[in-house]
Amino acid sequence: MPRSILLRGGRVIDPSQSHDATADVLIVGDKIEAIGPRVGNDAAGRDGLETFDCTGLVVSPGFVDVHCHLREPGREEVETIATGARAAAAGGFTAVCAMPNTDPVTDNQAAVGFVLRQGTLADAARVYPIGAISVGQRGESLAEFGEMVSAGAVAVSDDGKPVVSAHLMRTALEYARTFGIPVADHCEEPTLAHGGAMNEGLVSTRLGLKGIPSEAEEIMAIRDILLARRTGGHIHLCHMSTRGSVELIRWGKDRHINVTAEVCPHHISLTEDAVDGYDTNAKMNPPLRTADDVAALQEAVRDGTIDLIATDHAPHHYDEKEREFAHAPNGIVGLETALAVNITWLVASDIIDLPTLIDRMSCAPARVFKLPGGSLNRGVSADVTVFDAGAKWIVDPKRFKSKGRNTPYAGQTLQGRTRVTIVGGRVAYRADA
Amino acid sequence: MTQSLGKDLLGLEPLSGEQIRLILDTAEPFKEISERTIKKVPTLRGATIVNLFFEASTRTRVSFEFAEKRLSADTVNVAASGSSVSKGETLVDTARNLEAMRIDMVVIRHGASGAARFLADRIESNVINAGDGTHEHPTQGLLDLLTLRDHFKRLDGIKVCIVGDVLHSRVARSNIWGLTKMGAQVGICGPRSLLPNSIDELGVTVFNRVEEAIEWADALNILRLQLERMQGGYIPSLREYNRVFGVSRERLDRAKRDILIIHPGPMNRGVEIDSDVADGPFSVILDQVTNGVAIRMAVLYLLSGGKPELAEAAKRGGGV
Repeated sequence: MPRSILLRGGRVIDPSQSHDATADVLIVGDKIEAIGPRVGNDAAGRDGLETFDCTGLVVSPGFVDVHCHLREPGREEVETIATGARAAAAGGFTAVCAMPNTDPVTDNQAAVGFVLRQGTLADAARVYPIGAISVGQRGESLAEFGEMVSAGAVAVSDDGKPVVSAHLMRTALEYARTFGIPVADHCEEPTLAHGGAMNEGLVSTRLGLKGIPSEAEEIMAIRDILLARRTGGHIHLCHMSTRGSVELIRWGKDRHINVTAEVCPHHISLTEDAVDGYDTNAKMNPPLRTADDVAALQEAVRDGTIDLIATDHAPHHYDEKEREFAHAPNGIVGLETALAVNITWLVASDIIDLPTLIDRMSCAPARVFKLPGGSLNRGVSADVTVFDAGAKWIVDPKRFKSKGRNTPYAGQTLQGRTRVTIVGGRVAYRADA
Repeated sequence: MTQSLGKDLLGLEPLSGEQIRLILDTAEPFKEISERTIKKVPTLRGATIVNLFFEASTRTRVSFEFAEKRLSADTVNVAASGSSVSKGETLVDTARNLEAMRIDMVVIRHGASGAARFLADRIESNVINAGDGTHEHPTQGLLDLLTLRDHFKRLDGIKVCIVGDVLHSRVARSNIWGLTKMGAQVGICGPRSLLPNSIDELGVTVFNRVEEAIEWADALNILRLQLERMQGGYIPSLREYNRVFGVSRERLDRAKRDILIIHPGPMNRGVEIDSDVADGPFSVILDQVTNGVAIRMAVLYLLSGGKPELAEAAKRGGGV
């Protein structure tokens, strides 16, 4: 008899089947066996049944992060695929997509196979490789999408760098259509953003830091949307940060252009004010923007203009962030704080409800990137997250499973915490009692 | 109301008008020391000060060094070239090494905005910002205020226009904070490509044309035009800059009144300022340099715990 897990008495929220009620979830082997109010009673007495009391907790399809940086190969002292996958599981993610800006760049089938294999060995959250758009992410010639997809790549992106050439982006969108994968773009007009360290505005003027104007993102966002209209390809806009970008995406969707977009937890919670005092943990690209941008992004998550929330998990070594602001690298870790940041700033403040949040963190990313998961339907692979939506906790980076400690939320009290993460019917993470 | 300056002097933005007035008033008795034959008092005897200059500087470094020596402090100069910085040592390691030598104060000049704050947050010693990137240059702002106050006998209500590359100027930022906190009206004038977009949110009046600025102002603070701005594409040419924004005798002569001229140096004669203006009767550019030493003595004295009312006594020969 295969091992089985019973998640008993939780609030089971599965937007993929419009389920939101107290119920039991029975997992047998690696599949969802049943959901229902009496499933627990019927299952009682099964051999090898492991039962979790989920009273007061939420049971949902596992979260899917379509944007993270696991740093392997090349920067294993900063993060490995194994530590990243464990951090993901601790944050309630059952699957993550690894960006290809590694060293060497994940721009060929062998490199894609390596990421996939390391992910399997990690045996935590599932790891899906994203291949590069261009060879070496140099923005010159297309990488071999066909071979990378055959090896397991789920999307292509030159993330970390913009695709400067409009012609290359056009070709990438057309060529990616052949394989049914999205092209995920880091929207940044490089001549406008050059040398910038934070949002351009009053705070950058006061601090004497070179600013990155919103238009650096918006110009590339509309370019990509127009090229998606021209080609019929699927453009996925990474880490959107401005009100203007939201309006451009809305414009594109109104015209049925194949555009999807993501926002990061930090862009719906923090503003450029966090940079005051030159805190390098508030340095990311795109930068933290204004309160008006945050409000627009929150609303876009609510109304679906922004399809999904992704972490842009970007671990850096302590030493790298411990330096002058202009010279510090961009990015923060996000896998272990995403759920709590989203609950604190979106759900607890009544912008969205929990089913919508679960859609944006699980169902939508699985749907947009055509990945398994995002559902608790009978018979699907048992990727399940159990979390306490009300639990308050103080962020202590020393307790992260990630090797990265670079977070602007250190010491803050956030609401919402993962209790159990189940990947393919196996417990990948369990919070300490 | 706190009159104390705290541990560090990182900028004028965090200071109150009271604190700025305190520094200016404390500088007054120190001016006289530099006029003596023996320009030395024992006020900071036994204090160790490191002048940590990651960027080239003559005027500011020498001014600090004179201020320290005239207060009898022991000083060491560290320049980026020829130090372990050029061997790749990080700022935080440099700081910790200096701290381990039990120094009392660090004067830092650095190319990165926020570098002085970075250091101040990590070491116990007092930190004085001698210019950090395009952020602030507080002692320059203070010596500009002192020079203006010497001339106008007040700061409240006077009109000062900063002319030039405000976008990249730490002097401009310190001046804007210092002047507005002391009740002066601040104008800025320069090509729009060298003015921050959000500058009017700081409570300043923006002038497109230098003629309008001259019409309005009691004093002009003329900024040095960094020659590399042309390569950066911010302005078409130095020649055109001089023709449109250069402060010339002809332009000043059209004003209805005399206008005081200050400049933080070093000057590009014939670019932002014509020689007959720089050397003219209303230029107090060299007074600024003289006042710079007094201001830095005052800052060193106050940060080391000196009581403002004792500055007179310190001048007469007492310790802190």
